[in-house]
Amino acid sequence: MIEVKNIRKGFGDVEVLKGFSTTFKPGQTNLIIGQSGSGKTVFLKTMLGLHKPDSGQIIYNGNAYSDLNEEQQRDLREQIGMVFQGSALFDSMTVEENIAFPLKMFTKMKKKERIARANEVIQRVNLENANHKLPSEISGGMQKRVAIARAIVNNPKYLFCDEPNSGLDPNTATVIDNLIREITIEYDITTIINTHDMNSVMEIGDHIVYLQKGHLAWEGTRHEIFKTDNKDVTNFVYSSNLFKMVREAQNAK
Amino acid sequence: MSYLHSIGAYFIMIKDTFVKPTKGRVLSDLIFKEIDDLIIGSLGIVAFISFFVGGVVAIQTALNLNNPLIPKSLIGFAARQSVILEFAPTFISIIMAGKVGSFITSSIGTMRVTEQIDALEVMGINSLNYLIFPKIVAMLVYPFVIAIAMFLGIIGAYTAAVYGGFTSNDAFLSGLQEDFIPFQLFYAFFKTFLFAFLLATIPSYHGYFMRGGALEVGKASTTSFVWTSVAIILVNFIVTQLLLS
Ligand SMILES: Nc1ncnc2c1ncn2[C@@H]1O[C@H](COP(=O)(O)OP(=O)(O)OP(=O)(O)O)[C@@H](O)[C@H]1O
Ligand SMILES: [Mg+2]
Repeated sequence: MIEVKNIRKGFGDVEVLKGFSTTFKPGQTNLIIGQSGSGKTVFLKTMLGLHKPDSGQIIYNGNAYSDLNEEQQRDLREQIGMVFQGSALFDSMTVEENIAFPLKMFTKMKKKERIARANEVIQRVNLENANHKLPSEISGGMQKRVAIARAIVNNPKYLFCDEPNSGLDPNTATVIDNLIREITIEYDITTIINTHDMNSVMEIGDHIVYLQKGHLAWEGTRHEIFKTDNKDVTNFVYSSNLFKMVREAQNAK
Repeated sequence: MSYLHSIGAYFIMIKDTFVKPTKGRVLSDLIFKEIDDLIIGSLGIVAFISFFVGGVVAIQTALNLNNPLIPKSLIGFAARQSVILEFAPTFISIIMAGKVGSFITSSIGTMRVTEQIDALEVMGINSLNYLIFPKIVAMLVYPFVIAIAMFLGIIGAYTAAVYGGFTSNDAFLSGLQEDFIPFQLFYAFFKTFLFAFLLATIPSYHGYFMRGGALEVGKASTTSFVWTSVAIILVNFIVTQLLLS
């Protein structure tokens, strides 16, 4: 469980996160949605400790991140998997080495076991036949899947994904969404996903946080999001033509 | 003020490079990779430059020896002194600031802008230790490069002087052995060690703390070359003052 208490973060004069609180529970997929530039990435990175908050607290299972010493912070981070918006694969390593990297760093597994485990997750993210390629030799969508595989290979307790399915075709995007949801439930992970994909919201939005210009403007479930009368949220939801058509069809009935 | 700030940040970086070390097995792989990239990959250019600059030093000395009272053995002596004291340790290190330095800055800088460093940090890895410590260790081998440069520089001088017809084999060799002071060799390798440390750390600093995108990576490499060279020249001056005068 991750509790966010009145978090604020700015760069220079610009305040990006303007003080809000929420709680992310394990075993469900928590979604952060909002327009481009609303502060989703900054919010994730602040929770991860990559940005130091100006005020407020991030509490991991009862322990405030800022109260942990450096050693404890690093121990905590070994339990975190993160999928960066730009994948952030190590470009000097092959796909297989990238995925096995957390195992090499943090487990006592032998090389054979590491490769076996890496190939398990490679299958789960549908990424066969790329094991010995370098990140520069595979497509953006494949890089995304490598990043997801690397994030989940060491069974993290917390999983952060910054737009895990942007740049993927709708089919693969759905597969990835469901995969993340499955392992979240299976291993009781606290999962937080940044997205502006309404399909993901429909598919896996157990708990949705809507950010607007650094404020938490709304939160609820995927069922509630279609019933809210918050204008900004409805604008965001129905900015997709598909949903607009569905709504018009319903209104016509 | 901002220079002071940078120098402070540089020393803090060095301190943090030594905390929370990466797992031994991983670290040794990284060190061998760095030795390959930084040291082995530089041998060719170092050998080439050393040989020919050694030759030029010999020819210049020979051409300036018009006074019949000065013995021809001076050519060997001058070649030895200039190659061992300055040319191999300092001049080659400036070349390395361009070759190895810009390689380090651009590779670490690229990792910064593509969030690979964030990825390491998120996993709980001390990215400074992971990235910079292996480079520092690999550069401990650097004095061997300089030893090779000294050797080839003198071979180059010999070749140019003897086969170029400026002096005889015997005269060159006797000049080479004239007034040899072992302490000067210590001085040369002592400063080489310091240069090795600068070559590993200053370019790392410029890569690690850069901001921006691909364009800034290029700029950072240039800045890194300038500051590494300046630092080498200054340290060279200080060490020479302290040890030789
Ligand atoms: N390191 C930084 N320094 C200064 N400003 C930053 C920094 N990182 C982000 N910002 C600013 O914070 C704001 C929010 O950025 P953020 O990347 O969180 O948006 P986002 O919601 O993730 O958008 P997108 O959906 O496009 O990824 C932007 O205005 C951005 O310019
Ligand atoms: Mg973002």
